[in-house]
Amino acid sequence: MARPPIDYLYYLRAEKLPHMWCPGCGIGILVKSIIGAVDELGWDKNDIAFVSGIGCTSRAPGYMDMNTLHTTHGRALSFATGIKMVRPEKHVIVISGDGDATAIGGNHFIHAARRNIDITMIINNNNIYGMTGGQFSPTTPYGARAATSPHGNIDPAFDLVELAKGAGASFVARGSVDNARMLQKFVKDGLAHHGFSCIEALTNCHTQFGRRNKMSDPIKMIDWIADKTVSINKAKRMEAAELEGKILTGVFHNDPDKLEYTDSYAQMVERVQAKKAK
Amino acid sequence: MKKFISGNEAVVEGALIAGCTFYAGYPITPSSEIASHLSVRLPQIGGKFIQMEDEIGSLAACIGASLCGHKVMTATSGPGLSLMLENVGMAIMAEVPCVIVDVQRGGPSTGLATKVGQGDMQQVRWGSHGGYPIIAMTPSTIEEVVKFTIEAFNLAEIYRVPVFVMTDKVIAQLREDVDLDSLQNYPITNRKIAGSSEEFLPYRAETVTDVPAMSPFGGPHLVRASSTTHDQHGRPTSDPEKIAFKNERLFRKIQDNSDSICQYQSDLMPEAEALVVSFGISARSSLQAVAEARAAGKKVNFLKLLTFWPFPDKAVQDAARGVKKVIVPELNWGQAAVEVERVLGSQIDVIRINKTNGLIIQPEEILEKL
Repeated sequence: MARPPIDYLYYLRAEKLPHMWCPGCGIGILVKSIIGAVDELGWDKNDIAFVSGIGCTSRAPGYMDMNTLHTTHGRALSFATGIKMVRPEKHVIVISGDGDATAIGGNHFIHAARRNIDITMIINNNNIYGMTGGQFSPTTPYGARAATSPHGNIDPAFDLVELAKGAGASFVARGSVDNARMLQKFVKDGLAHHGFSCIEALTNCHTQFGRRNKMSDPIKMIDWIADKTVSINKAKRMEAAELEGKILTGVFHNDPDKLEYTDSYAQMVERVQAKKAK
Repeated sequence: MKKFISGNEAVVEGALIAGCTFYAGYPITPSSEIASHLSVRLPQIGGKFIQMEDEIGSLAACIGASLCGHKVMTATSGPGLSLMLENVGMAIMAEVPCVIVDVQRGGPSTGLATKVGQGDMQQVRWGSHGGYPIIAMTPSTIEEVVKFTIEAFNLAEIYRVPVFVMTDKVIAQLREDVDLDSLQNYPITNRKIAGSSEEFLPYRAETVTDVPAMSPFGGPHLVRASSTTHDQHGRPTSDPEKIAFKNERLFRKIQDNSDSICQYQSDLMPEAEALVVSFGISARSSLQAVAEARAAGKKVNFLKLLTFWPFPDKAVQDAARGVKKVIVPELNWGQAAVEVERVLGSQIDVIRINKTNGLIIQPEEILEKL
């Protein structure tokens, strides 16, 4: 049986609309995929804590009708860690931009991943600092122009999938806004995953990134994303030369058996209290 | 029964009596025993202990847990405090109760990791950007450390603010007898919680001195908390009237209650010619100096600050009435003295005793100024 259409407004604070994002911004597609994933999972929105830091992406919780916490730049995961530690039965979601998550928040990111605490980290990777006026971020491609790399970016970029995997995340996926259905599936699987899950969403910031890199309209940028991405399944059938410069999408890591942090803590408390009772 | 405990252990005892169930921290000398002891004690009572990746994350985790209804604490020293200041502002703006213990050491920068200092007093007042009032306690005995840690939790809960307990390297490791059994009954205050049936606004306030009732994340209401300047719904606002109301309330909920927040010990005598004002470890040196001066026939008032912020202006005025000089001994370059000078104006000579060589002030150093 077909699912009933999603009542998006149920999950949104209608009084806060219209949103502050630029027309055509990829964050809208990502937020829609998050709502879709939550709806598919049938979660009670009261059981969700939606946490963010600072930046365009971090404005998302402001529009969501859930428990929301809008925090300081880069620190969302640490606030979320405090929430999850004392409310392990609740769903804790963090949404973050590439700069928020991996520059100023890089330390918190790798350590939340290392603990494998059951938080879902959704990174809106649009390769730029949007809100502050288009400065290059840790994911801006080499050579790309930004407000602070007018001669072309010389900073090497992070591969967020490798970063999350290497740091210890037990679910790691990368989707993109040109394939919203697949993105929603990754978000849903990440949310359902017990452990630290990281979903990178490749999105368009045509205003700050696109305009400086000959892609000033959203369609051009989404085409650019579609052109440079290849699913890991398709990549298996491709030659190395064909894959040159491509970015892979898909689920890169999924270990549901890895010990989750709040479970580990509960086990420790059990041991301590049993020992004390003796 | 009395227990012979250190200042750092006293913080732990005070926190547990107050009902602390969550601690997040990052190792730093000379505060580390606080974390060590709580890593033993909290799991025993089903509380949560987490060692974070840095001090920024530590206070962030505390704020997250506090929003879920827990009483939370972190402890650090100067360099860690510098990192925490960002989220001190967050706790001020989002109005989240939390207790921060600063075991002061010599500075600036890495400074003197294992030696005493009192150089963070103005940093806790002004350190985070934007401007806000703050509450900071300065116990000087081990029993006071227990009591004022409890008081810090109480005040954090009442006013929905971060509250500092300012100790130092010497007090942290000093041991004294404390009757912990009698302190188990110390009055405890809990935050005001919104009724589950009423319509909930996370920042509901009628007047500029109101402290909004809270509702824990995961409880009966949807809760919004924000670091951005917000209205009573917790929504970002650019309405000057709403901004003014919020900011004035953040200020006045503390300022208008200064008299009830401020605690001090005032030991005054008729026709006193001098006053010694001090706090923390330096108050112990001062106490000895005042006793010796009095034994030698001098008339000296003594004022020990137990609340450094809000600064007890009135207590200083009262204690300084009629005296010719005021002596302010402290382990920094005059962080209490500037406040005393502000309160007294230029009518009375304020003599500073400042020591920053990693040692405490000897009573003789104060005595010679009396």
